[in-house]
Amino acid sequence: MSELGASLVDIGYMDTLAAGSTPLHRLDPRAKLLTTALFIVAVVSFGKYEVSALLPFLLYPVYLAAEGRLPARYLFKKVLLVSPFAVMVGIFNPFFDGGVLLRVGHLGVSGGWVSFASILLRFLLTVSAALALLALTGINSICEGLLRLGAPRAFVVQLLFLNRYLFSLAAETENMTRARALRSAGKRGMRFGVFIQILGHLLLKTLDRAERVYRAMLARGFDGHIRVTRGYKIGRRELLFFFCWTALFALFRFVNLPVMLGQAVTGLLK
Amino acid sequence: MHMADALISPAVGGTMWAVSGGLIAYSAKKVREEADDRKIPLMGVLGAFIFAAQMINFTIPGTGSSGHLGGGMILAILLGPWSAFLALASVLTVQALFFADGGLLALGCNILNMGFFTCFFAYPLVYKKITGGSLDKKRVMIGAVTAAVIGLQLGAFGVVVETLASGISELPFKTFVLLMQPIHLGIGVVEGLVTAGVVSFMLKARPEILAAAAQRQPIGVSVKGALAGLAAAAVLTGAALSWFASANPDGLEWAMLRTSGREELESSGKLHGLLGALQAKTAFLPDYGFRKPEEAPAAPDGEGAPAPAWPAVDAGTSVAGLVGGISTLLMTGLIGFALRRGKAAA
Amino acid sequence: MSHHIVEAANIHYSYPDSTAALDGVSFRIGHGESVALVGENGAGKSTLLRHFTGCLFPSSGMLKIDGGVVEKKNLPAVRRAVGMVFQNPDDQLFMPTVFEDVAFGLLNMGVPAAELDGRVMAALQTVGAAHLRSRPPYRLSQGEKRAAAIAGVLAMAPDILVMDEPTSNLDPMSRRRLITLLKTFGHTKIIATHDLDFALETCERTIVIHKGRVTADGPTVEIFNDERLLTASSLEKPMSARAWPQNRLKTS
Repeated sequence: MSELGASLVDIGYMDTLAAGSTPLHRLDPRAKLLTTALFIVAVVSFGKYEVSALLPFLLYPVYLAAEGRLPARYLFKKVLLVSPFAVMVGIFNPFFDGGVLLRVGHLGVSGGWVSFASILLRFLLTVSAALALLALTGINSICEGLLRLGAPRAFVVQLLFLNRYLFSLAAETENMTRARALRSAGKRGMRFGVFIQILGHLLLKTLDRAERVYRAMLARGFDGHIRVTRGYKIGRRELLFFFCWTALFALFRFVNLPVMLGQAVTGLLK
Repeated sequence: MHMADALISPAVGGTMWAVSGGLIAYSAKKVREEADDRKIPLMGVLGAFIFAAQMINFTIPGTGSSGHLGGGMILAILLGPWSAFLALASVLTVQALFFADGGLLALGCNILNMGFFTCFFAYPLVYKKITGGSLDKKRVMIGAVTAAVIGLQLGAFGVVVETLASGISELPFKTFVLLMQPIHLGIGVVEGLVTAGVVSFMLKARPEILAAAAQRQPIGVSVKGALAGLAAAAVLTGAALSWFASANPDGLEWAMLRTSGREELESSGKLHGLLGALQAKTAFLPDYGFRKPEEAPAAPDGEGAPAPAWPAVDAGTSVAGLVGGISTLLMTGLIGFALRRGKAAA
Repeated sequence: MSHHIVEAANIHYSYPDSTAALDGVSFRIGHGESVALVGENGAGKSTLLRHFTGCLFPSSGMLKIDGGVVEKKNLPAVRRAVGMVFQNPDDQLFMPTVFEDVAFGLLNMGVPAAELDGRVMAALQTVGAAHLRSRPPYRLSQGEKRAAAIAGVLAMAPDILVMDEPTSNLDPMSRRRLITLLKTFGHTKIIATHDLDFALETCERTIVIHKGRVTADGPTVEIFNDERLLTASSLEKPMSARAWPQNRLKTS
């Protein structure tokens, strides 16, 4: 399948996931947004050589995926797909930072490797939490949450329209590129001139569509304001979710549980 | 050039969030003042267009690699800077959410790097100056290429500065700059050519659209005002956040040192000692000034516990960290598994 | 006040590039009538439809809807009276979910939140789409999209239902469902279509437009039986009318 088709299927799949009906799905998007934001800030606020203290944070994405019945393997694959930039920048750390930081028996591990591991772990945590947030909430509810958290309406409405027409336009694009591919006698690449033609026509179609959508809005009494309605409210479950996780994040942030645990275990072994 | 959460510090991410958030709010206000209802669907649908367009690639002759449209400049030309900035910000938001392309915390950085420089710098101060509002093909070509190159160079430099200011990556400034800028020179030229190509296509097919867009002149004194406001906001939030990031967590770690022993060694004084040494080696780090406020409060305990202890790491702590880490992983996995099973049984 | 709900009096319209799209169009439509608007591509149907929602105004001549002239200051009233179903439901279903889309017009009308749910669901039930309420539009079939779009218009309780090519892209089953549905509506209906069989089933009256003029206006059966007129207007006798004897109208 083409790259385009694949990403469409992908977005569609996230949408299907977001239509689930677990209690986590039904939670007010604000609670999920704020909790996830706190989570990300807590994770990235560690020093760059921190690895062990980051591990307990895995509980959050794992909880979201398990409780929300999300396919963990799929999410993990998506995390890997977007990892190249973090890996590319992080991989230099071992070269520039050779000071030994960790000693296990006779084996010394340099600071660079530790900070590289830390980058990868942060990446896994933040990206998987963000993906789980989307898969549990869906972009439309996230927009609603953003609006209620005070994001400018013009921006949120924009996001909604973008999301709405992504599919239609991507399908049109796919048709155009396929029509070209079928007549290109097996040549794989696209010449610049052809590329501009396709892009130009796509843009014209887009502008026409925007005009038709605008007329359709006018026909139903559009007066410059989009009114969004959705009955969410912050209830006991939202508060419970938010405060429990906040407390846990605080605990994970300020107490290095793995090291304490490890000390207890190694102490027992002695 | 999407940045990722893993590579930035909360101070940098938070500052950039505040700055882009402010810019979005200000742009939204500007768009509302323009009171052009037609733009409401237009911006969103054009945002979707950028997505769709990025899915088509063309072959760059002689290189075997392929290029595609970035889209910032085209949006600015069609919509004007305020609306284009909103549209780009929402494209980046959706990319962050759907494709986890750039993280949520890094979203502020990405909006700034890819939206701000194009919409509020390259478009009004380079493209418009060069074309002078005319739709002459040659001028459009020169204007689009120059503006795209400058916009992307600034954006790439933004990535470098933000990454280094965060202090997570060890890449020295020079190496990073030498990596980023030439790549983005190429990307910028491609972006400029594609933009110019699309603009000349539109000139032939539907000249009235561009004529209408070119007549719109929302750029005036207000951009300077916005720039000044932006700079002020950046300095203020940056200062506030780095004070918070430095003073508070260090204070807390210091408290932890009292209560739980010595495992805080990862992030406070000694680390900065090492960084200092690194800085001396790599000669010039631009983030030196940025880091300074963080260093200051950490200094007392860093010096209190003599720095030479650095390479002599307590092996006991390391082993404890490893054992504990593995146990934590196992436990997290078990909890997840149990939750799943409980659900399935229910 | 006229007893006619739609009155077009010698409407002329030229686009900015000075192509004349409407060249003196006149007709009257009474309450509860179902009128098919037929004509070849580019005949001026779409231009005429845009006048009904006040997206275009006549260059000369006058259009009256519900007794009021279609002009800028009357726009809110005109758009309340006319419910327009667009050709491509994707253009019309712009809100995130079916429910919100149907609610869009109601909210613009200022329907209070307490009534909203009931009115949206009633409209969705009418078109048999209640189960689609929380689906995003891009995950609907063409037939479902059409139904949702019609619900969005019905919810606003218009007096006149205007439809642009309602059967385009519909599979036979969805098309049949649409015909059955339209027959249950008591609204005044104006339907622009190339699907003459559909027109025959749903509209007792037909207006033929050709090169910006009304070339025929009368009972659908009569018009579709006039092969000379149809050919002159670049149309073709519908399949279901082929079997008619030429003199059927005279004998009946």
